[in-house]
Amino acid sequence: MTVRPVSRPRRGLLEQSYLWEVARGLGITFRHFFINLARHCLRLAGLRAGPGAVTVQYPDEPAVLGRRARTRHRLLRRPDGSPRCTSCLLCETICPAQCIRITAEESPDPAVEKRAKTFDIDLGMCVFCGHCVEACPVDAIHMDVDQVELAAYGRGAMIWDMPALMRDAR
Amino acid sequence: MILLAWTAVKVGYALAFGLGLAGFLGWVERKQSAVAQDRIGANRAQIFGWRLIGLFHPIADGIKLMTKEDFVPAQVLRPFHALAPALSLGCCLLCLAALPFGGTVEVFGRVWSLQPFESRVGLVYVLAFLALGVHGVVMAGYASGSNYGLLGGLRGAAQMIAYEVCMAAILAAPMFLYGTLDLQEAVLAQGGYWGGWLPAWGVFRQPLAFVLYLVAGTAASKRIPFDLPEGEAEIVGYHVEYSGMKFGMFMISDFVENIVVCGLGATLFLGGWGIPFVSLAGAWGGLLMLASFAAKTCALLFLLMQVRWTLPRFRFDQLLDLGWKSVLPLALLNFLATVWGAWLWR
Repeated sequence: MTVRPVSRPRRGLLEQSYLWEVARGLGITFRHFFINLARHCLRLAGLRAGPGAVTVQYPDEPAVLGRRARTRHRLLRRPDGSPRCTSCLLCETICPAQCIRITAEESPDPAVEKRAKTFDIDLGMCVFCGHCVEACPVDAIHMDVDQVELAAYGRGAMIWDMPALMRDAR
Repeated sequence: MILLAWTAVKVGYALAFGLGLAGFLGWVERKQSAVAQDRIGANRAQIFGWRLIGLFHPIADGIKLMTKEDFVPAQVLRPFHALAPALSLGCCLLCLAALPFGGTVEVFGRVWSLQPFESRVGLVYVLAFLALGVHGVVMAGYASGSNYGLLGGLRGAAQMIAYEVCMAAILAAPMFLYGTLDLQEAVLAQGGYWGGWLPAWGVFRQPLAFVLYLVAGTAASKRIPFDLPEGEAEIVGYHVEYSGMKFGMFMISDFVENIVVCGLGATLFLGGWGIPFVSLAGAWGGLLMLASFAAKTCALLFLLMQVRWTLPRFRFDQLLDLGWKSVLPLALLNFLATVWGAWLWR
């Protein structure tokens, strides 16, 4: 075990008396206060000024999501329009919240063994970890709809079935 | 008869000043912190679609607190539990009575004083009732029947008593210079000028006392960075077992205490209702006095509010160390230096 000496700043009378440090802190907050206040006033007067706050008034303005934000799932289609999902259950297996429920059926396509008969995701239980997307071997599930307002009035309405998950064209 | 009516008017003004400003301070606290922290702050309360930069939020708060269930836990000592918020609020509202909101005005052939309670010992009266406010805090903690409340009350008692002592020691120096305990005379004693241009305010004559007073005043009114009796977010305080308007009364009494401290500071250090180089006579002079006093009080409140949103909270031993080992000795030394200085300059 090695010891790493940490040099702590020495505190002289100036720091110990608090007064100078308090004044410095007040200088910072007062600077923010007056600059922001001036900007708010200029904007209220209809003049051009920088933003006085970094607040996003979320329900009024749309939420700003990151480019890689994990949002609501969607199921992708093959070029012919049929679902890509082969019902391998890897996503259902890896899901830590156990919110995916798939029932399989035989696929009419002889090249594909199975397809999903039903594919339900309980978004009330989903933790949006993205493991299902990582696990999918056929790239059938994505979490890129950029939809985060998923609240519903009942638990039942939080369960999204296959047609709902495939509705997004993009 | 007319004197009685005039006293009632003055008391009404003092109450309106304290309670109105306390409600306003709720808004100031939200907005000032928001602007200083690059936020917008509460702006949702609206009447007919008017938001008025969140000015309706204190009203919404009041309505919420009034209509909320006044839940009283089973283990409390009922009469004292109910008495504590009233004692807290009552004591600091009584302090307001002795503040000189203005001097004397000569209108309609009579001399009207603008100070609700004219007393030769105004300062002692204010300090006494500020100190009595401790009873409300301790009583609330004790009557709650909860250990969190009790510990909060004890913290409050230790802190407030420590800083009330400091406050008296600090104010001894300026009051010695003014040669009076009467707040009205203290204002008049600051009416002169130094070198013909610098107003002889307490802040220039006793700068150390002014800084110490701001520290002790913040601690005595339980504001951040000295809000250990409450510590609403982490170390719950003496009013954990209160809800509804009883809790609201503690909140208001905090704000009113703050106003009293700042009003007293404006009186003793910022020249009270006086305005330098302006003669205040007649009815307009009286209004100017009221406005000047209110403006100076608000300026101090603004400063303390900014301090509240700048500094983190002290630890309790640091707080008591600061009070007993720094502020009190400095205050006493300042007093001694003032007395010696006055004796040498005599």
